[in-house]
Amino acid sequence: MNSILSIVFKRLLIGLLTLWIVTVIIFAAIEMLPGDIATEMLGQAATEESLAAFREKFDLNRPLHERYFSWLAGAATGDFGISLANQRPISELIGQRTANTFFLAGYAAAISVPIAVVSGMMAALYNGSVFDRLLSNSTLAAISFPEFFIAYILILIFSVGFGWFPSLANVDVDTSLGERLYITFLPAMTLTLIVLAYMMRMTRAAILNLLALPYIEMAHLKGIKRWRVIAVHALPNALAPIINVIALNLAYLIVGVVLVEVVFVYPGLGQTLVDAVSKRDVTVVQAACLIFAATYILLNLLADILSIIANPRLLHPR
Amino acid sequence: MSDILLDMKNVAIEGYSDRQWKPIIKGVDLSLKRGEILGLIGESGAGKSTLGLAAMGYTKGGCRISGGQIMFDGQDLTTASRNSLRKLRGKRIAYVAQSAASAFNPAFKLINQYCEAPVQHGVMSKAQAQSDAVELYRKIRLPDPDTIGFRYPHQVSGGQLQRAMTAMAMACRPDLIIFDEPTTALDVTTQIEVLAAIRDIVREYNTAAIYITHDLAVVAQMADQIKVLLRGEEVEQAPAREMLANPQQTYTKSLWAVRDFRRAPRPPREDGESTLLDVKGMDASYGTTKVLDNINLTIKRGSTVAVVGESGSGKSTLARVIMGLLPPIEGEVIYDGVPLQKVGAKRARGLQRHLQMIHQMADTALNPKQRIKDVIGRPLTFFLGLKGAAKEARIRELLTLIELDPDVFMNRFPSELSGGQKQRVCIARALAAEPDFIICDEVTSALDQLVAEGILRLLDRLQRELDLTYLFVTHDIATVRSIADDVVVMQNGKIVEQGPKDEIFAPPHAPYTELLLSSVPEMDPDWLTDLLEERMTAEQSQ
Repeated sequence: MNSILSIVFKRLLIGLLTLWIVTVIIFAAIEMLPGDIATEMLGQAATEESLAAFREKFDLNRPLHERYFSWLAGAATGDFGISLANQRPISELIGQRTANTFFLAGYAAAISVPIAVVSGMMAALYNGSVFDRLLSNSTLAAISFPEFFIAYILILIFSVGFGWFPSLANVDVDTSLGERLYITFLPAMTLTLIVLAYMMRMTRAAILNLLALPYIEMAHLKGIKRWRVIAVHALPNALAPIINVIALNLAYLIVGVVLVEVVFVYPGLGQTLVDAVSKRDVTVVQAACLIFAATYILLNLLADILSIIANPRLLHPR
Repeated sequence: MSDILLDMKNVAIEGYSDRQWKPIIKGVDLSLKRGEILGLIGESGAGKSTLGLAAMGYTKGGCRISGGQIMFDGQDLTTASRNSLRKLRGKRIAYVAQSAASAFNPAFKLINQYCEAPVQHGVMSKAQAQSDAVELYRKIRLPDPDTIGFRYPHQVSGGQLQRAMTAMAMACRPDLIIFDEPTTALDVTTQIEVLAAIRDIVREYNTAAIYITHDLAVVAQMADQIKVLLRGEEVEQAPAREMLANPQQTYTKSLWAVRDFRRAPRPPREDGESTLLDVKGMDASYGTTKVLDNINLTIKRGSTVAVVGESGSGKSTLARVIMGLLPPIEGEVIYDGVPLQKVGAKRARGLQRHLQMIHQMADTALNPKQRIKDVIGRPLTFFLGLKGAAKEARIRELLTLIELDPDVFMNRFPSELSGGQKQRVCIARALAAEPDFIICDEVTSALDQLVAEGILRLLDRLQRELDLTYLFVTHDIATVRSIADDVVVMQNGKIVEQGPKDEIFAPPHAPYTELLLSSVPEMDPDWLTDLLEERMTAEQSQ
């Protein structure tokens, strides 16, 4: 048991180290942008006094490392500072929106992961059949289109055509869960179609890889039903690669939603990021980048740890 | 109820390769009475496993049963539906695979894998199956039968796993079990326990069995009937004792004769005996696990030293340390009076050239993307600087030396060669460096007996012609008897005994050597029974 704990502990440390390096890069990159932030924000015509006041207010006079550490300490406690554009606390600005983005991503994941794993298993079971080829090709077609295109097609069919779902995913704090699930169905479907193919294909490939192994043949020779051979004998041994692809796609769901949020006018983090970039709201961009980076790192860390745990040799040492 | 349990008539099986169906089994008859054990022997590629699996109505991927009839207890398996076949498998016909380590699912405890077939076939409840498992584990003499089932496959040794698999096959008390080389991957000392356990349990439940192996001595212990296969056809079949005492066909006789190969005696060397290689006070470890403990060894020029021991005894590690592949912690290797660098890559190229190694698996030791002429040509350029026509001429010489026709083989890829031919190419590659000293690491253990004998004869001839010195790492006592001058017996990283072959093989032995030698199966069908009795009385008298 100790060996697995120490491996997990090492991964955690590496994850934290990566996260720290990312904070340095984000902070440094924004610092290195050409021009003076105060001049950029207040315009060329600003007086010396107003520039000085701006610098004072946003703490721009202190040395670089001091500002980095106070920013880092704030970020660690959820306080990302003040927006340059409208002077409000960033955590207040993006708090609800971050939650919305995670909600949408979670919704899409809850639909896509089970479908991907089950259909991947079925494709492996009926390998080479019409069903397998149909599944492979249709999911491949889905990822071949850009996401905004899929979004518009879905709107055209289900919103304009049948009128079943709204084309705008406009939610606020008071929207109830049921209503929220209904309103965000189309964006969730768009995301599902985009991530489904990778996860399904990896599940299929990981299982097919195992089917020639002696213990799978043994299971067949014990007279086990084919479906059970795939689900009980092959899947647990194929988990590591599947978990990794799922984690990568979940991270994509959170980071890659910008276009989908824009199409459906969904009040998520991606929209905020786009707004902030166009307004040169540097501190908000920093905060959004940090959240995205942290999500990526944490999900991959989780995948690493889960794949280690999925290995019985490590979980149950001699 | 008829006395005949399994009746296969004129069974033909084809495999799909190179875009056409090619015959693997060409019309073989096989019949088995209830409780009878049939030994199926032949070289690799003879179709033993394919025929054994066909008795379950099963073929490997890319194969099909193309003709004949397989009647199991009145039901024709060639026409049975997939579902009715599935219901037979595991319940009435069970299978024991060659490598238990890879045939157990690594993700589940042994006992859960035991319970799966009885529960899924509706023979027992899970609780019943569990208590039944413990009982069978006890019968098959697994240590700690109450708890061993709750371990994962990787937590159990190879011999124990093989017994656990036999117990698993017994779970539904089938009428027939197919044993597919169940002891081939085991050490001789472990093999005995597994053989005895299999034999006892099969007899106790009066289970019929097809016992597939390439080892005649093993089949002699197990079978009532022996059937010999060659390239998908039956050579002959007879009751075991009859077959062993008096084989009829030439091919069977040649199989029987392999074990008698002895190297011709050598005349004493004209230049007197001199030491070529000296290993002094060698310690080595993998991580924190010590694998070699104070090894001292002297190898005389022109001699063959055989290192024997079970897997894990450190014999291959010793080879790696001498080659400089694993730097030792303590001690040194002195070659021709010169101490060698611990790390092989740091040794001068001229010295590297003198020490060559041939590996066990010729398959993986050859780059599949290189033609034979490049495989052999590389050391010619690297060590001797040969190029162009001189290089090609030398490649031809070397191929002729290892008895392969240069015109046929030079431009082939390894995948176009048989196992024995691949091993010959590996030998040629080692010879290309013009070495004095070659380490042969289990070079014949992946080969069939006839092919292995050919390799041993070749190595013997090369030794005489080129004045080579061999360090022969092997677990096979028969190989040692054939070719060794001196023998080193290793156990747990230590040398138990060493000396000239005749001394080591003549009593009195060190206790471990005694165990090792007595565990080698002999052709006598009563050997296992006698040996077990002997050991039992020895234990009781203590």
